[in-house]
Amino acid sequence: MATETPKSVLITPLFKNNPIALQVLGVCSALAVTTSLNVAVVMSLAVLFVLAFSNLSVSLIRNHIPNSIRIIVQMTIIASLVILVDQVLKAYAYDISRQLSVFVGLIITNCIVMGRAEAYAMKNGPVMSFIDGIGNALGYAVVLLIVGFFRELFGAGSLFGIQLLELSKDGGWYVANGMMLLPPSAFFIIGLMIWAIRSWYPDQVEEAEFKITANTKSGEAM
Amino acid sequence: MSKNNDSMKKTLTVAFLLCLVCSVIVSGAAVSLKPLQERNQEHDRRSNILIAAGLIQPREATFERVNAEFEKIQVKVVDLRTGELTDAISPEEYDQLRAAADPATSDTLASDPAGIRRLERYGLVYIVGDLENPDRIIIPVRGSGLWSTLYGFLALEGDGNTIAGLGFYQHAETPGLGGEVDNANWKAQWPGKQVFAAGSMQPRLGLSRNPSAEHEVDTLAGATLTARGVTNLLQFWTGDQGYGRFLAQFRQGV
Repeated sequence: MATETPKSVLITPLFKNNPIALQVLGVCSALAVTTSLNVAVVMSLAVLFVLAFSNLSVSLIRNHIPNSIRIIVQMTIIASLVILVDQVLKAYAYDISRQLSVFVGLIITNCIVMGRAEAYAMKNGPVMSFIDGIGNALGYAVVLLIVGFFRELFGAGSLFGIQLLELSKDGGWYVANGMMLLPPSAFFIIGLMIWAIRSWYPDQVEEAEFKITANTKSGEAM
Repeated sequence: MSKNNDSMKKTLTVAFLLCLVCSVIVSGAAVSLKPLQERNQEHDRRSNILIAAGLIQPREATFERVNAEFEKIQVKVVDLRTGELTDAISPEEYDQLRAAADPATSDTLASDPAGIRRLERYGLVYIVGDLENPDRIIIPVRGSGLWSTLYGFLALEGDGNTIAGLGFYQHAETPGLGGEVDNANWKAQWPGKQVFAAGSMQPRLGLSRNPSAEHEVDTLAGATLTARGVTNLLQFWTGDQGYGRFLAQFRQGV
């Protein structure tokens, strides 16, 4: 912990210690809000705001939080921030907030936010916690944007709502891959991303918990 | 974490102060942003009506444009049981969906093809032009698809029979399959279709694999249940239990 600099706290969660790819947290919302890039960007900003300020607030009062109610205290702070974001979105970005529907509210239960409050902000100063929140939110955003990029491009032939590939249903050449708009495709893309990141940083590869033995040969079964 | 943090007094103090601060922030945001949010919801509802009626294109739905167009629309309340316009309820204050959920203002449906369970006694209707001889009649429709209830508006010409447009503003059908109810090309098939056969009160409009030129449009490929739901809800709302009696006033020879 002694070697942490603001820069490392900000950069490490992007790829080296990505909350989705390495810790596999917050996957639920990553499946739901990545059908288009617009939505993914707004969701990322919402998480950025909530994560940065919940870390800051928790860190500011960390020396006064009674141990017995610390989870509830963290939840209250997070929930208040999420409601704030939700209200602002409804007022200023109504269309997007309708597309995000319940997923803004579900930031409250996003494990990344709770995880950082409990694991980092409770033990570190406000400034570092704030930067840590931004770093982890950016790590979340990177995954969301990459997944959103592929899903919107191949599922709807557009990026940020701008049509790039002429769709066959509008008389063009590209037959949209409807599966990309369904949740399973996000699993595939996140899976491939985790594969790519772990090939890049081989130390992230987990040790196998057990070894799968070879299949029974037909001769042995007789 | 020092020991005295865990004393009862400290715990209660921290909990109380935290709740106080958080509630001030949350309620402050909710109250101060409320006017903007309501304006957005109203704008959204109005643009959906206008888009369904084919009076504006989705891209043109700015605040000024929508408000200007909406000036031309008269909002009225219909007694769904008799089909007559009524002044018993003020259309500005009437919330049709809330009325449908309230046992005091709605009835349980014995026959419920649209899957809406309760039907309100009064329905809103949006009329463009003269009340006696309107240009467009726009009615709200809703009903169950595969996953969700679809909410939309059906716009008819002044004859109460020819369809001018159909649009859904809220649903959660499968994107790419049932979600294609939002596809502009599919929706473009609706204008010109007839709801009823001449002289009949039985709605004939719907989705079909072999659409009849007069009443039906192409079904949605891969979305049998959504398509069935849309057909049912359209027939329900234009039928006897829905706005059928009201529409009959504008039709000739019924």
